[in-house]
Amino acid sequence: MSTLAVRKAAPAAGTTPGTARRPPLRRRVALIPTVTLLLGAVYTLLPVAWVVIASTKSGHELFSTFTFLPGTGFTDNIRDLNAYRDGIYWSWMGNSALFSGLGALLSTAVSAVSGYALATYRFKGRETMFNVLLAGVLMPPVILAIPQYLLLAKADLTDSYLSVLLPQILSPYGVYLARIYASAAVPADVVEAGRMDGASEWRIFTRIALPMMIPGMVTVFLFQFVAIWNNFLLPYIMLSDDEKFPLTLGLYTLLEQGSNTPALYTLVITGAFLAVLPLIVLFLVVQRFWSLDLLSGAVKS
Amino acid sequence: MTSTRSRKAYGVKGAPYAFLLPATLLFALFLALPIGYAVWLSFRKAHVSGLGLGSGARSEVWAGFENYTEAFHDSELLHGALRVLGYGCVVVPVMLGLALLFALMLDSDKVRLAPFTRLAIFLPYAIPGVVAALMWGFLYLPDVSPFYFVLDRLGLPQPDLLDGGPLYLALSNIAVWGGTGFNMIVIYTSLRAIPAEVYEAARLDGATPLQTALRIKIPMVAPSLVLTFFFSIIATLQVFNEPTTLKPLTNSVNTSWSPLMKVYQDAFRRGDIYAAAAEATLIALATLVLSFGFLRAANRRDKQEAAG
Repeated sequence: MSTLAVRKAAPAAGTTPGTARRPPLRRRVALIPTVTLLLGAVYTLLPVAWVVIASTKSGHELFSTFTFLPGTGFTDNIRDLNAYRDGIYWSWMGNSALFSGLGALLSTAVSAVSGYALATYRFKGRETMFNVLLAGVLMPPVILAIPQYLLLAKADLTDSYLSVLLPQILSPYGVYLARIYASAAVPADVVEAGRMDGASEWRIFTRIALPMMIPGMVTVFLFQFVAIWNNFLLPYIMLSDDEKFPLTLGLYTLLEQGSNTPALYTLVITGAFLAVLPLIVLFLVVQRFWSLDLLSGAVKS
Repeated sequence: MTSTRSRKAYGVKGAPYAFLLPATLLFALFLALPIGYAVWLSFRKAHVSGLGLGSGARSEVWAGFENYTEAFHDSELLHGALRVLGYGCVVVPVMLGLALLFALMLDSDKVRLAPFTRLAIFLPYAIPGVVAALMWGFLYLPDVSPFYFVLDRLGLPQPDLLDGGPLYLALSNIAVWGGTGFNMIVIYTSLRAIPAEVYEAARLDGATPLQTALRIKIPMVAPSLVLTFFFSIIATLQVFNEPTTLKPLTNSVNTSWSPLMKVYQDAFRRGDIYAAAAEATLIALATLVLSFGFLRAANRRDKQEAAG
């Protein structure tokens, strides 16, 4: 009896009289956020759902049946895509994977070593270097892409894999994230202890600091992977041989030709569906390891 | 002993510079050098002597501000700039408004399905702008679009989404769709960083969830709102991929719809890299002035509010 009274009295003692009415009110309000978010999800998933369904339609069905009704031509569409110019679509897919995979790997390595240096050492010109590197974020890509093209043309490097790969290795945003992550994840006394043991600075970085930075570097890698995979302007300017195109550029040229021949529409749609698929899978697989918080520079202590 | 110590000290001293060498080299080669080269080119022009035949007939000469004067008087560039400003006035407020709304909803108590909806709204971030424009482009085409099907069944008028005023909305929608999720995550992250005591105080004062959102959450995430605004302005003024991708689907998007498309056109179709360099420099300057102008205005208001 007495325990019941205490339980009843305890919350009332510390809070305002309004608390008693709160629970039912809150439960009702939570409906608005849930519905709003669901509407947002419907909006973002709608075009994706359309592409998935449209990729199952034959060219004839695309224009004749209700758009959200699945068709019967998925395997035919895949076969057509395979046959189109001897399977050039898969070269585009491979090129995108190469640009993004290798580019993001190199970018992460450069970001990690730069971010670590900026976070752990006190040296002359540190802040200036950091600010100058960061200012790179503000430079509009097209302002860079045209002179980059002209300069690479002088070195006879345009229309090569390197012309798309090299300009995307330095990521100011990656350096910024790496610096924040390194200063939060690598304690100064650990670095100092490594020095006491006589390890070289490089060895301290690769053997001690880098393993501690791995979770943050996964984020940098994925961020840069997506950025390179999605890039259109740079390959559009640099490349002319369509065997070297990434997916974005390949699909664009396919669409450009499709405007004259609607028969290519089904190819474009099937190609778009297959282009979206790997990134969605990548997202679902890595979201456990990917700290989205780090995208905005927040680090859990 | 002294020699090893000094060598060690030297090793530590030199290490940060050695570690920053790759980034510095890449910065010099792929950022500083191209920018310098673009500015240099913008003050040059092609000089054709005689009939322009033979290898020595075309040479590069100093042009002064000629390219800039021409760019200022170029009505195509001006119209492109106005189009993009109009487009930006729709995209930035709508995108950030939605991002803030979704972030607040994710942060509210007892919301259901939050992990699913958060991932779904963030998903467009992983989809290339070209593919997004392509998907929406098809959804705008009367022959294949479900919207037209519904409008048709309801007997409502069917606007041409790829022409005139609706074209702006059609393009804006693609950018909003693609950018909301990323900004939502940025805002949501800073919402979660608000200390619990702040909410406790608000709860004790009997604030409703709406009051808490308006009076506490939004002011506390103001810095990240300013930051997302800043980067959205920069991204919007550089719009290129979406109108370029929609171009094959409609005649209303011309080759100089946005200023960057005009730069591309001048550099690679007309082959006038000097004019293109001047235009590119102007766009970069306009972008920096607008984005930093906004940042300064936001900071000043912040200070006034802190003082008042």
